Amino acid sequence: MAKSKLFTMNEDRSLYPELDDNGKPIVDLSSHKYVKLWQGPQHPGITGNMSLELTVSGDEIVESKTHVGYLHRGFEKLLERRLFVQCMPTSIRLCVAEPDTNEYVISNAIEELGNIEVPEMAQWLRMLSLEMARLQVLLRQVPGQAGTFALGLGYQWGSYIRDLILDSFEELTGGRVYHMYIIPGGVRGLLPDGFKARLLEKLKLIDEFIPKIDKLIFNNVVFESRARGLGYIPKEWVDEYGVYGPAARGSGIMRDVRKTNPYLKYDQLDFEPFVTTEGDVYARTEVRRADLIMTVDLIRQILDKMPEKGDIKAETPNVLHWKIPKGETYSKCEASRGEYGMYFVTDGSKFPRRVNLKGPSYTHANALLDKLLINANISDTAAIMVSLATCPPEIER
Amino acid sequence: MEEDKKDKFLAPENEIRQVTAPDGSIIEVNPLEDYFSQDRPKPYKVRKGPVEDFLNWARAESLWVLGFGTGCGSIEIPPLVTPRFDMYRFGIQMRATPRQSNVFVISGYLSVKTLKRAIRAYEQMPSPKYVVGLGSCTINGGMYYDSYNTINRLDHYLPVDAYIAGCMPRPEALLAGFEGLKKLIKAGKGHKANEYVENLDWYKANQKKIIKDWNMPDYNW
Amino acid sequence: MQKGINNLIEKFGASDLEERRPGLSFITVENTKAVAAITHLKDIDGYTVLSLITAVDWIEDGIMQLTYLLNNPAEIAEIGLRVMLERKKEAGESMETIHHLWPNAKKWQQELKEMFGINFPGSPNINDDFILEGWDAAPPNRRDFDTKKFAEETFFPRPGRETHDPAEHMKKNMYPKNPADYTNKKYNPNR
Repeated sequence: MAKSKLFTMNEDRSLYPELDDNGKPIVDLSSHKYVKLWQGPQHPGITGNMSLELTVSGDEIVESKTHVGYLHRGFEKLLERRLFVQCMPTSIRLCVAEPDTNEYVISNAIEELGNIEVPEMAQWLRMLSLEMARLQVLLRQVPGQAGTFALGLGYQWGSYIRDLILDSFEELTGGRVYHMYIIPGGVRGLLPDGFKARLLEKLKLIDEFIPKIDKLIFNNVVFESRARGLGYIPKEWVDEYGVYGPAARGSGIMRDVRKTNPYLKYDQLDFEPFVTTEGDVYARTEVRRADLIMTVDLIRQILDKMPEKGDIKAETPNVLHWKIPKGETYSKCEASRGEYGMYFVTDGSKFPRRVNLKGPSYTHANALLDKLLINANISDTAAIMVSLATCPPEIER
Repeated sequence: MEEDKKDKFLAPENEIRQVTAPDGSIIEVNPLEDYFSQDRPKPYKVRKGPVEDFLNWARAESLWVLGFGTGCGSIEIPPLVTPRFDMYRFGIQMRATPRQSNVFVISGYLSVKTLKRAIRAYEQMPSPKYVVGLGSCTINGGMYYDSYNTINRLDHYLPVDAYIAGCMPRPEALLAGFEGLKKLIKAGKGHKANEYVENLDWYKANQKKIIKDWNMPDYNW
Repeated sequence: MQKGINNLIEKFGASDLEERRPGLSFITVENTKAVAAITHLKDIDGYTVLSLITAVDWIEDGIMQLTYLLNNPAEIAEIGLRVMLERKKEAGESMETIHHLWPNAKKWQQELKEMFGINFPGSPNINDDFILEGWDAAPPNRRDFDTKKFAEETFFPRPGRETHDPAEHMKKNMYPKNPADYTNKKYNPNR
């Protein structure tokens, strides 16, 4: 397994546990050679509360177990008690960092089962909102990756620009974090006057931001020596462990729902997701940097190709009496972390029968993270977690 | 703690066990009693006059917040520590450990599992300490009023000094809330930590009602 | 038709095919043949990614439905395999485990055990706490568990929360003379 340059593995393996046939260390806690160390639930290096039960030998992790459930609210149960329109404000709180994808997957599922055709203008506006959401996440995440190596300056810059994007959201939807812009049938409103020009002005700031973080992060010798070779995901694991999105693209496998199953109007846009083959933390950060550039480009394309006016909402039945015939579907889209899907079952009543959300973190943070952390240094834990973009609220819902 | 619960939930490292001492004698160790203090907390002394005013001024102007984001409200904490809203200019800063902080921001809903950790963190903070409830969820359950795993009223489990309403409150609202907390402290009304200690039995009864696997000391020193 | 569906029908006696959209089908297999069908789909038909395992509780039919969603990234196709288990009154349905096929399956199975009470004998750590901690009531995602009642009894609801049924409210206040108008009108935001 490739290792980080800065923290090389100790050559003398006699102090460390022996490996069994599957490459898993045999740990005997009663031998007093190992220490149990809990990372979390509170930890500034992760995007939510989750804890890792680490067994360490020296400063090397020999065993890791993920514990989730600190943010469990029972969404799937709560949605069974909500009307379809009432599902919206509840379901967007499923994943806090990027709520728009929740709006989209649940609206799309309701439309698919309720046979509603979304007007073209609404589809463009949805796409704009989804890409803006991806942009604000990436603005935190690319510099945040360097933040896990204690390089916090990029994060400060990124957060400032992210705030300007949130201002744009506020202008468009009225909400800063939770927008509820996408609703079943369409969207809530047209672009405000002069919105395009103001957004394009902000995108210019990001063009200037990229060379800055290149200098600060990607050309930084500390970042490079720590991130290269760290948290290596081989190509073969992508299917086996369920790796999605940027993490899979960092390992040389193309996974992007926008390209493979084009939804909305993504087939009319010109884009090519970045793929690299190294499979380490550095590669995943590079993929996210390329995504950031691509997202800016996509927003420009959307603003350029979008029609000026049009219907923004299809006619839906009275929302208080809306019954959807029995059926089931899986609606998915590409979040900044990877494929984001929702399994939605209706039974002909006014309420959903069963909603199951599946985000990429579910597979990233469980079996894959446990495997990646073996033989890693304690100080690299946060970096590996952030590079997989683990978002605990979507694991436990 | 009841005897049957002890067996079910006690972590293996906290079980009563026999240890061989360096001199060869065998000692029985009960970690919960021997390794943790069983003392009840005592209220700290509230002084009077200009001394208290001075202390309150000092407490109010250095709010050190524990970096424990318990719910979705924690997404608005990063904007607060970055240049746009910069809370350092108000003397507020994030700390990594409860031992260094005196403000606990409960940022949103608290699931039962997190509540246990929140209580632990709160009790480890040095007095005087303040709790700020962020968002509607801490006031009456908010969006999750009917959820089986999130608490409805924070003030039944921890003494709350200030609430900031909204879902989610904007960073400006947070700053306003902190300013309000400062006013409270300066007016000498910030001694909720003493109330917690005085009504400890009531709080503990509420806490133990929902935390079924209580496997820690009654008060986490 | 999607790749692998013919095989499922011919070899494993699958029924109730429902094509939701091009590239997404749902099909029912018997619970004794399910693991064989999943293995076949994974090894021969290229459905190499396990998207999710979840359950749907059809309490009125006495059925607990398990859904395995498999993804074929090469052909860009997804199959949802429905497995109908007989629902038991007290939790405790049982299904074969598939943790040997995907390492993540054990987590889903652990979750299903905790939230639905479906047992997967042989799955690693199946009885460990996954999301809940110290939970002693019925598995919360089953239909007969009433979350509102549980929340009211366990937590301390703040008095003063008023709930109005929007339908009743509108009938009374907006269409006092002829409540039927209200039901006939369709909501149109562009109007």
